[in-house]
Amino acid sequence: MPGDGKIGVLALQGGFAEHIHRLTAMGVPCSEVRLPGDIIGLNGLIIPGGESTTIGKLAVTYGLMEPIRQLARTRPVWGICAGAVFMAKQVQTSQPVLGLMDITIQRNAFGRQASSFEADLDVPFLRQYQNGQSSPFHAIFIRAPRIESVRAGIDVLARLTDGSIVAARQGHLMITSFHPELTGDDRFHRYFLDLK
Amino acid sequence: MSNEQVGTITVKRGLAQMLKGGVIMDVVTPEQARIAEDAGACAVMALERVPADIRVHGGVARMSDPEIIMKIMDAVSIPVMAKCRIGHFVEAQILEAIGVDYIDESEVLTPADRLHHVNKHLFKIPFVCGCRNLGEALRRIGEGAAMIRTKGEAGTGDVVEAVFHARTVLGEIRRLSNMPEEELMAYAKEIGAPYELVKETRELGKLPVVNFAAGGIATPADAALMMQLGVDGVFVGSGIFKSGDPARRAQAIVEATTHYRDPDIIARVSRNLGEPMVGRSVSSMPENELLAVRGW
Repeated sequence: MPGDGKIGVLALQGGFAEHIHRLTAMGVPCSEVRLPGDIIGLNGLIIPGGESTTIGKLAVTYGLMEPIRQLARTRPVWGICAGAVFMAKQVQTSQPVLGLMDITIQRNAFGRQASSFEADLDVPFLRQYQNGQSSPFHAIFIRAPRIESVRAGIDVLARLTDGSIVAARQGHLMITSFHPELTGDDRFHRYFLDLK
Repeated sequence: MSNEQVGTITVKRGLAQMLKGGVIMDVVTPEQARIAEDAGACAVMALERVPADIRVHGGVARMSDPEIIMKIMDAVSIPVMAKCRIGHFVEAQILEAIGVDYIDESEVLTPADRLHHVNKHLFKIPFVCGCRNLGEALRRIGEGAAMIRTKGEAGTGDVVEAVFHARTVLGEIRRLSNMPEEELMAYAKEIGAPYELVKETRELGKLPVVNFAAGGIATPADAALMMQLGVDGVFVGSGIFKSGDPARRAQAIVEATTHYRDPDIIARVSRNLGEPMVGRSVSSMPENELLAVRGW
């Protein structure tokens, strides 16, 4: 089978190569996903950053929406930035979304590129990957979305100091509005690989 | 928030990383910008005139009216880029002041400085710059460019120069990767590039920033050709809105860029696209009409 227990990385557009690079460095078998057949047999899926309108448009045109929703029923899926927008149930703009996570998300919530920023996040839930310690996670936000509201059953994983929600988890589904693949820190990738 | 930093090298280069595998389209009106966004463009370049019209119009080509750029920014949710003249740091300051997402210090406009490019480190907004070879790419990165595009020959619809420049840059990187370390200083001198960046490029086996192709891409096959040669994405300037059916051609080029290794898909999206832009073959053009030679 094409996927055969690998972690898929949606490769329609955006920062997919960085995730393939990271997973490969961690010794995790992975493959690029562009067509429905690429999803068969995958053990999980990463939806990378990029432009959510581009990724959504191509996912609809190439029949990927239902296969991804099917996979997400039983396997971990992680959306980063545009991927987080794509996984949300509600976005303020009209564009195709998977509707997997019961959240409302605001695109480009911090402003245009001049407002893109780096910030340290408190991430006590990642201490298992650091011998019980919990140093901050240095997060990169690029024209980033913000999670405006979450419904019951969703865990907020990280907030900025002003309270903005920037990472959340719903069972084996996860979203981050920042880019762990652009740092040398693999704690979020390890956390994702442990989602059940 | 005390611990937040903006305008860092990481966020500047990071936006380009999120554009990879995508198509950046030249647009001159909000309507064109919406067509580009609907077709799946990952960003648009806001202009008063596309390069093919700049050629016809002649005269001095300058930064576009900020009003046009701002209307395009209001029309779409994807990143908006805009061009300033080579070395014209006040045009760049204006583009930063109105809040564009990326500045293209572009040879398509008439250069404002015969010797120097903009000091791009001074800006919070990232810059993309053109190059024809590795030395030129690394000089621009040394000045602070967060993204590179091979120049090609803008406004022609002839892909030959885009291929030549991409092959030159990628070929030079392949040569550099096999070079023993003691030869790097002489090589840096030979190509006129900062030594540290030559060293970094050798270690990475690629440029330290994202590298798109530009200048003459007019068909889905052209876009896939550039992707197979090894660039990270494509700029399409005059090729879309100078063609018979822009919406359709735009979408076909986006799909061919994503599925660049899949000839069946490229064949399917290439069917019935209507008239491509007429174009001009670069070999028929007098030297004083070439734009790619601008840049130092």
